Amino acid sequence: MIGSLESNVPPGPIEGKWTQHKFDMKLVAPNNRRKFEVIIVGSGLAGASAAATLGEQGYNVKVFTYHDSPRRAHSIAAQGGINAAKNYKGDGDSVQRLFYDTVKGGDFRSREANVHRLAEVSVDIIDQMVAQGVPFAREYGGLLDNRSFGGAQVSRTFYARGQTGQQLLLGAYQQMMHQVHAGTVELHTRSEMLDLVVKDGVASGVIVRDLVTGHVSRHSAHAVLLCTGGYGNVFFLSTNAKYSNASASWRAHRRGALFANPCYTQIHPTCIPASDEFQSKLTLMSESLRNDGRIWVPKNPDETRSPDQVPEDERDYFLERKYPSFGNLVPRDVASRNAKTMVDQGKGVGPLKNGVYLDFAEAMSRVGASTIYERYSNLFDMYQRITDEDPMKVPMRIYPAVHYTMGGLWVDYHLMSNVPGLFVLGEANFSDHGANRLGASALMQGLADGYFVISYTLANYLAGLLGTPPVAVDDRAFEEAQQSVDDQVKRFLSIGGTRSVDHYHRELGKIMWDHCGMARDKTGLEKALSEIPALRDEFWKDVRVLGDGPMNQSLERAGRVADFFELGELMVRDALAREESCGGHFREESQTEDGEALRDDDLFSHVAAWEWGGDGGEPTRHVEPLAFENVHLTQRSYK
Amino acid sequence: MHVTLHVWRQAGPDVTGSMETYDAPDISEEMSFLEMLDIVNERLNAEGREPIAFEHDCREGICGSCGMMINGQAHGPQKGTAACQLHMRKFADGDEIFIEPWRARAFPVLKDLIVDRAAFDRIVEAGGYITAPTGAAPDANLTPVPKEVADASMDAAACIGCGACVAACPNSAAQLFTSAKLNHLNLLPQGQAERYQRTQAMVDTMETFFGSCTNHGECQEACPKEISIDFIAYMNRDYVKAQLKNRKLLSQG
Repeated sequence: MIGSLESNVPPGPIEGKWTQHKFDMKLVAPNNRRKFEVIIVGSGLAGASAAATLGEQGYNVKVFTYHDSPRRAHSIAAQGGINAAKNYKGDGDSVQRLFYDTVKGGDFRSREANVHRLAEVSVDIIDQMVAQGVPFAREYGGLLDNRSFGGAQVSRTFYARGQTGQQLLLGAYQQMMHQVHAGTVELHTRSEMLDLVVKDGVASGVIVRDLVTGHVSRHSAHAVLLCTGGYGNVFFLSTNAKYSNASASWRAHRRGALFANPCYTQIHPTCIPASDEFQSKLTLMSESLRNDGRIWVPKNPDETRSPDQVPEDERDYFLERKYPSFGNLVPRDVASRNAKTMVDQGKGVGPLKNGVYLDFAEAMSRVGASTIYERYSNLFDMYQRITDEDPMKVPMRIYPAVHYTMGGLWVDYHLMSNVPGLFVLGEANFSDHGANRLGASALMQGLADGYFVISYTLANYLAGLLGTPPVAVDDRAFEEAQQSVDDQVKRFLSIGGTRSVDHYHRELGKIMWDHCGMARDKTGLEKALSEIPALRDEFWKDVRVLGDGPMNQSLERAGRVADFFELGELMVRDALAREESCGGHFREESQTEDGEALRDDDLFSHVAAWEWGGDGGEPTRHVEPLAFENVHLTQRSYK
Repeated sequence: MHVTLHVWRQAGPDVTGSMETYDAPDISEEMSFLEMLDIVNERLNAEGREPIAFEHDCREGICGSCGMMINGQAHGPQKGTAACQLHMRKFADGDEIFIEPWRARAFPVLKDLIVDRAAFDRIVEAGGYITAPTGAAPDANLTPVPKEVADASMDAAACIGCGACVAACPNSAAQLFTSAKLNHLNLLPQGQAERYQRTQAMVDTMETFFGSCTNHGECQEACPKEISIDFIAYMNRDYVKAQLKNRKLLSQG
């Protein structure tokens, strides 16, 4: 294994760790920063905010994105909001409480010190974004408005209609474009990272393919920052954007970076149910809808009346019934599993009986239809465009879908992977959300990492490299990496099989959803472990990638799906090894009498970090123990 | 349903393209327009013909990646809807559907339906930001922003940068895109310090890539986010003021 699995959490009481550590870390003086080359892959919230900040500070930054513009990154699709411990509502919020909620919400599988830092810097994020012109929702007096979100009993979520991710991403994108204009950031669009270059165990650069010209190029730097998002598209059907993929992370993993907790996937409770076989992706309806919507199914599985004709006493508001104190605002994993239970019992609604109702009638009669429409207009419009139904008149139908991945490349407190010089930010790393992420915390983490963590910890790493030039791009390590990229491109184009890349992706997705989805058991996981390699072998023999020009979308997808096959297998292995239920990972064998997730803290209170075992080899499972010194280990209860 | 597609195929930026005809039987009304193209591409692939290249990503109408002329209309017939959220139920059995890339000199075709919209990034780069270096911000509630102002700013900020406004405009002008970004920032108190400098820089950059506005209003009709051309008027006002305004006197209104 390259490097070590030392978390590097600084000593001292948790409230003071980050403050003291910021003082203890080494700095790079302003006049020396221009001597350092930094590569950032990905231009979402984490990547754009890191690029802007490092550019402002004077480093030479190169940003690579496979999109035509950085503004397309999938952060843009986040709807509901961003958490921050501002306590502007005076309802009892604090850094301590956000920290506590996040550790508890993550079902005690995250690293306490990282989460506390996240809660601390959350307040700075809001200040920063407002200063940049993010048009957050306001009260009539002109002050910022907040809403509440699942897993919390305070209102700490800032939002910009249902487009919070869009507005935050545009803020970070604009700040980065300012630096592009200033010349500190060099932007490469339509450029996909296809390999990480590791020289003597240190991350030294990347191999990039220009998606328009097909030209493969080498880029060397003192440090590489992966800000490349999550891997939910392993499932084919998810709320992720179609281009979202895991290749940058996976290529780094194959070069030695450990992959942590791959089995932790989040199934979001409020998505539009699939309508048929040809479905290409699932659409999320923001969880903020659960503030005003009530979730129910008819008590009678054979109910045929339209929802407004079903009398109150024949409805089962199952979340309110089972969890009186949190009601419809239980965390995502709890809401999702309960919806699955209802559908499995045959109580599902809609033509395919694959959803549950999310009903706004009561809220509309309480605060008025126009107020409700104003709160959720873009979501209601989107729902209507997709389903041809008006949620103001008919309850929405929702069902859980894969949404976010808490697992990712292993990083220490400095956000550095076990490969020195390789940093991982945002959804691509594993560190802050444990086994389940609370709503409105993804945007918070992406921006925390990019704005308020990496500039300190990167300087600490770079300070030791002053006077050392980056590895030359004609080095053997670069040559070898480029050769493997060229070989893979040639290999895909020469297979000449019969079935499309999408066909194999769909098939892989089905295996993953059936056996490694909302609920998992040993038998199913073992089945998946035999089916995935068989399908992968077929893929490599039979996939058909057409096209002889340099711009080739099938070729792009083929590489991504090839990596999904390997990652999918690792997810299954991880799920099999973790013989407990926690957060988004629900093992049928490990549940309480009333069907709640049952953790096994004695055996599994740790991070599982997997080391690549080579093609055809077995991966190795390393363990980072987790200690809970500030938040007491308890069985989560939202009753 | 059964439709016939006429699609612009062009192998690369420097080669000549042409319209090709594809038969598309067995299409469900529940499909999105892009899912219909997915199916057509699957069938082309099975026949050994190269699939149609088109841009798409989030398929939720927010990333702005997708965009194509559908029967001569940017993003197709449904108002306020990006191509990815258009559904086949808006078409009838037996329809002939013409699909072309955005048509504008500033958006050169890269392949089939994919165009290069980098000129938009150049406009933003020229001044589409509020200078606020990381770490320098005061408390977020220090400056109240009246709700009406925040709402108007958000109306403009909703732009997804898809390019439909340019494609729909007979002059290939980018006034709606540019004015949306300008008003997002110029309306807010935080955006005042750089307001006139920003306006001048962005408009001047826009003029180097795009045509001029002659008030056709097609942009507003084509915009999937229904952004109002009122913003163009505000932009023009600010641009004129920017020529005259002594920036030292800004604080005096």
